[in-house]
Amino acid sequence: MSTKLSVEHVYKIFGAHPKAALERIKRGESKDEIFAATGMTVGVSDASFEVEQGEIFVVMGLSGSGKSTLVRMLNRLIDSSAGAVRIDGQDITQMSRKQLIELRRREISMVFQSFALMPHQSVLENTAFGLAMGGVSRSERHEKALAALDAVGLKANADSYPDELSGGMKQRVGLARALTVDPGILLMDEAFSALDPLIRTEMQDELLRLQSQQARTVVFITHDLDEAMRVGDRIAIMQGGAVVQVGTPEEIVRDPANEYVRSFFRGVDVSHVFTAADVARRHHVTVIERPGMSVRAALERLREHDDESAVVHDRHRKYLGVVSLNSLNHCIDGLGRREEGEIETAFVHEVKSVAADTPLTDLMTHVAESPYPVPVVEADGRYVGTISRAALLHTLNRTEKGAA
Amino acid sequence: MMSLNAATDSLWQRLSDAFVVDLPIGEGFTVIVDYMTEHFDLLFVAIASAISFVAGNLTLFFNYLPPQLVFIVLAGLALWRVGWQFALFVLVGLYVVLGMNLWPESMDTLGLVIAATLAALGLGLPLGVLMAKNDMVASGVRPVLDFMQTLPAFVYLIPAVIFFGTGRVPGTIATVIFSMPPAVRLMNLGIRHVPTENVEAGRAFGCNSMQLLFKVQLPLALPSIMAGINQTIMLALSMVVIASMIGAGGLGDPVLAGIQQLRLGTGFEGGLGVVILAIILDRLTQSFAQPNRQREGLGTRLKQFFGRADKVRSS
Repeated sequence: MSTKLSVEHVYKIFGAHPKAALERIKRGESKDEIFAATGMTVGVSDASFEVEQGEIFVVMGLSGSGKSTLVRMLNRLIDSSAGAVRIDGQDITQMSRKQLIELRRREISMVFQSFALMPHQSVLENTAFGLAMGGVSRSERHEKALAALDAVGLKANADSYPDELSGGMKQRVGLARALTVDPGILLMDEAFSALDPLIRTEMQDELLRLQSQQARTVVFITHDLDEAMRVGDRIAIMQGGAVVQVGTPEEIVRDPANEYVRSFFRGVDVSHVFTAADVARRHHVTVIERPGMSVRAALERLREHDDESAVVHDRHRKYLGVVSLNSLNHCIDGLGRREEGEIETAFVHEVKSVAADTPLTDLMTHVAESPYPVPVVEADGRYVGTISRAALLHTLNRTEKGAA
Repeated sequence: MMSLNAATDSLWQRLSDAFVVDLPIGEGFTVIVDYMTEHFDLLFVAIASAISFVAGNLTLFFNYLPPQLVFIVLAGLALWRVGWQFALFVLVGLYVVLGMNLWPESMDTLGLVIAATLAALGLGLPLGVLMAKNDMVASGVRPVLDFMQTLPAFVYLIPAVIFFGTGRVPGTIATVIFSMPPAVRLMNLGIRHVPTENVEAGRAFGCNSMQLLFKVQLPLALPSIMAGINQTIMLALSMVVIASMIGAGGLGDPVLAGIQQLRLGTGFEGGLGVVILAIILDRLTQSFAQPNRQREGLGTRLKQFFGRADKVRSS
């Protein structure tokens, strides 16, 4: 992972004398004090973060928190008052007008909330808009535009006009227009907020699908927490023009920086956010590391630890199965006096392991119905830990309290 | 008691004498006009000959065209842009004008209107763009436009006559000044009302300022611009009639004759000619404000027309 975009101490002051307002900020005056004294608005205040190559970086905040201003400073639709915005290490705030136009044509493109398609152009011409501005030949830009339309599933509508399309289709065109220039960075300003919920989810899936084909660096602006959690690799939360917290969705849910961030999760079902791996505990049950261990030895081990069940994995932590007091006893009853018994014969078949990335919502019935703690396993078969009913209830209870 | 009353009366008299002053605005205007005729003579001659050339040739051209050709072209445009009903109206209207023996006057008026409109748009549309791009220009131009629109139309005729004498040229110039404001205003308004996100989209995809104007702002402002052009043509038509008072000629002549000699019939015929011309020009220019792709082609319309005619015949 390398840093694609870095925002360093960026400020935006709306008003006649930004320098004076910046001085006041340095002296420690608040946004409201500055507005009362000078009539100038602090749009963005000391925003700093880095966006990695190929990740979806979500900027979330309520309206008026400065997120739309912030995203417009990333391609200089709005000029920042102070600070640096670096794309591949190059500070765009210092670029000349000509360099800037070149940058917008090749390196950074944008998807808008109200789609902002040109009503006088066909879908194909709209999609090819960026290339046309860059002076790319007609045949080449139409070819690339068709490919982009194909990627969003609108190739058949190339000759339609925007007013003939539904909202979701229009935004697909908006997305195709942004993808046609093959940008290094894709800015999405509340791109799905104007769509109805069903179409919104569909578009989020579309974005994630496109992202899985070719990972682009995306800066995604939204006020919708569910959307942020769904599409975001990392989330920055803005409050009153400042970035108050940056982290993965899990980090933010687990450890909100302040009351404002916490308030976002009020009434939100966090079981979507946590996965099995987040809840799994390793020390709750006895672990048997030797697959060759006999049934009798395993029973001895369980009695020693005063436990009901045990997880069996090999030396490479590859998960093998679960044994319980009952299953071991049952097994021994069937053995002759001399036989030691293979431990595999005592595996409890009712206990099924779950994948580490299973969300908690999909886990609850499974854990509730299982007689013993449920083992959690990585995609490569490695054992992560187990989830007991008590642990699951504890987690849900804790997050509920955190949200309340 | 009496003396006190007399004292207050005389004080009041003196106060009002001091307040009421004569502002020599009219004289000032005369001085300016005099100064300009004296010192900018060459400029006025240049303007006059340019306008005379364009307006003269246009009126000559329209008069040279055989009426049948004008019938066909205008009716064809009407059929293409609006519909067969309007095409029918155009044919009947033009036939009425021809029948009133006002054909040469109508063609004169058409030539003058088109010449004046071309000049008004040539000056007005770029000025509108400047207004939209620059707030300083906008706040400077707006009061001038107010002035141009509210000053009674007849007042334009006086300096026009002084600078250019009587005839077609001052008539055209007065018409240009009178008809320009809507083109400027609606161009300015149209560009300013282009949705912010469309302008942002243009910039975000790397438009330079010329591309932004021609690929985004003007196309999206087109309905407003076309409304401005339509208004300009309508105002030009109404002013051309008034301009016949200073000898511009055209359909204003029979109207003027009707007023001066109390010949009701002649006046009405002239007026009717203006109305017919106005409706034709208005509907045709309005039709161009709608995007072409939403209308059916000429072929479809012809088919529709004859299809209907067929149905009528067969039924």
